[in-house]
Amino acid sequence: MPIEYPRTGGLIAEHKAVRGGVGVFDVSHMGDVRVRGRSLAAGLAAVEHITMNDVSRLAMGQAEYSAMLYPEGTFVDDLIVHRLGEDDFLLVINAGTREKDVAWIRENTKSFDCEVIDLSDAYTQLAIQGPRAADVLRRLGYAAAAELPSYWFAYGAICGLSDVLMARTGYTGEDGFEIYIPSDMETSENVWRSVLEAGREFGILPCGLGARNTLRLEARLPLYGHEISQDINVWEAGLGRFCKMEKGEFVGRSALAGLKSTVARRLVGLEMIDRGIARDGYPCQNMEGQVIGKVTSGSPSPTLGKNIALAYLPLDLAELGTVVYVEIRGQKLKAQVVPTPFYRRRKSEESGSSERHSSGKR
Amino acid sequence: MAYPAALRYTKDHEWIEVKGELGTVGLTDHAQSQLGDVVFVELPKPGTKLEAGKPLGTVESTKAVFEIFAPASGEVIEVNDDLANAPERINRDPHGGGWLVKVRLSSRAEIAGLMDADAYESYLSSQSASS
Repeated sequence: MPIEYPRTGGLIAEHKAVRGGVGVFDVSHMGDVRVRGRSLAAGLAAVEHITMNDVSRLAMGQAEYSAMLYPEGTFVDDLIVHRLGEDDFLLVINAGTREKDVAWIRENTKSFDCEVIDLSDAYTQLAIQGPRAADVLRRLGYAAAAELPSYWFAYGAICGLSDVLMARTGYTGEDGFEIYIPSDMETSENVWRSVLEAGREFGILPCGLGARNTLRLEARLPLYGHEISQDINVWEAGLGRFCKMEKGEFVGRSALAGLKSTVARRLVGLEMIDRGIARDGYPCQNMEGQVIGKVTSGSPSPTLGKNIALAYLPLDLAELGTVVYVEIRGQKLKAQVVPTPFYRRRKSEESGSSERHSSGKR
Repeated sequence: MAYPAALRYTKDHEWIEVKGELGTVGLTDHAQSQLGDVVFVELPKPGTKLEAGKPLGTVESTKAVFEIFAPASGEVIEVNDDLANAPERINRDPHGGGWLVKVRLSSRAEIAGLMDADAYESYLSSQSASS
């Protein structure tokens, strides 16, 4: 996937297409891992063991945002767990961490009677995102698209293919779908073209990594290596609502139990007051000029017309309204802690939805 | 977009238009298309002394930060203030309304070392062929 596509008008045009209409991303780089029990409930037990959200509460056809953790309570990766069958799960993981993740999954499910199958190369994954995404799916032949609740998936026939997995998930803070099709070149190109054709009347644009990043940042969705990593724990990242301590044992749980009361920093949203753009890795300072944290992601927000950022700050400076400095090329520029997500979509247009990724799930 | 014959070009994708002892500096069409949507420009104040090849300022797009280098030495005498509120001019009119600064040149000799439009276009095609 390019940063931006030629002839779309660029990143901002792509971003706005998703917020106001619809855009399509080729996210085939994501990894797909199937975990399936060989004996009764072994697959379920394995996925419960390696992920922090509660898997047993998922119905067949339902998905959830979750994360895999190191014993220290820090992140191996975040992921979406889909329950394909009673004891059969599809884990969608990040591209950059794929090899590490797959090895980690195999290692940590060894004691369970289950199989782990890396399907990453078998699927082309397209994310069709935006308020008109359901219309595009309907035009492709999935008549009931609008009725599929958020974080559920179904199999349907589109573009001459049968049994295409279509999930109402995404990484943009907008309504949308992620579809999984066979990865051979002919099928992939055919579906890509069909999606663009079906979306034409809604102003669809192909969207690149640049828009994917600004969209997810506005919605405060974490990116591995930035907001979450091997050095950041669940409480610091503010992802506790996806971590079900009460579900029983899972990797990272015992460390997290001890860490809850000792959290010293928290992920916050910043909005620049002074003219300047906070970028990934820029240091944050307090009024006395001491370095107190660092920007994990920062960019101009095409939707808000402001310069926004996410940063880890000590708790006493993480309160809303607190003013801190971001050091930008040697200059100390003022920024303020603001509520997140920076952007929240209006929910009225959404049909049959449960809660959204960024605002928490049941 | 055609590269105007009146301008001289650098390998870092700046242009300069020389009239007498004054030079107007901007970013080339190639630079702006690589940058994508320009959202922020940081330029020196009038009176700042520039040295050829040294940083002159920065321009930021939604994607990233890029440093601008001075095509020639001299003193900044005027800054394009319109860019503060309309940085997208660099995308829309890179060789015209998107100019960055005007400089009183300290040496005309430096200009002779820059590329003319034909040389710059050959340079661009050699760059894209090798990447």
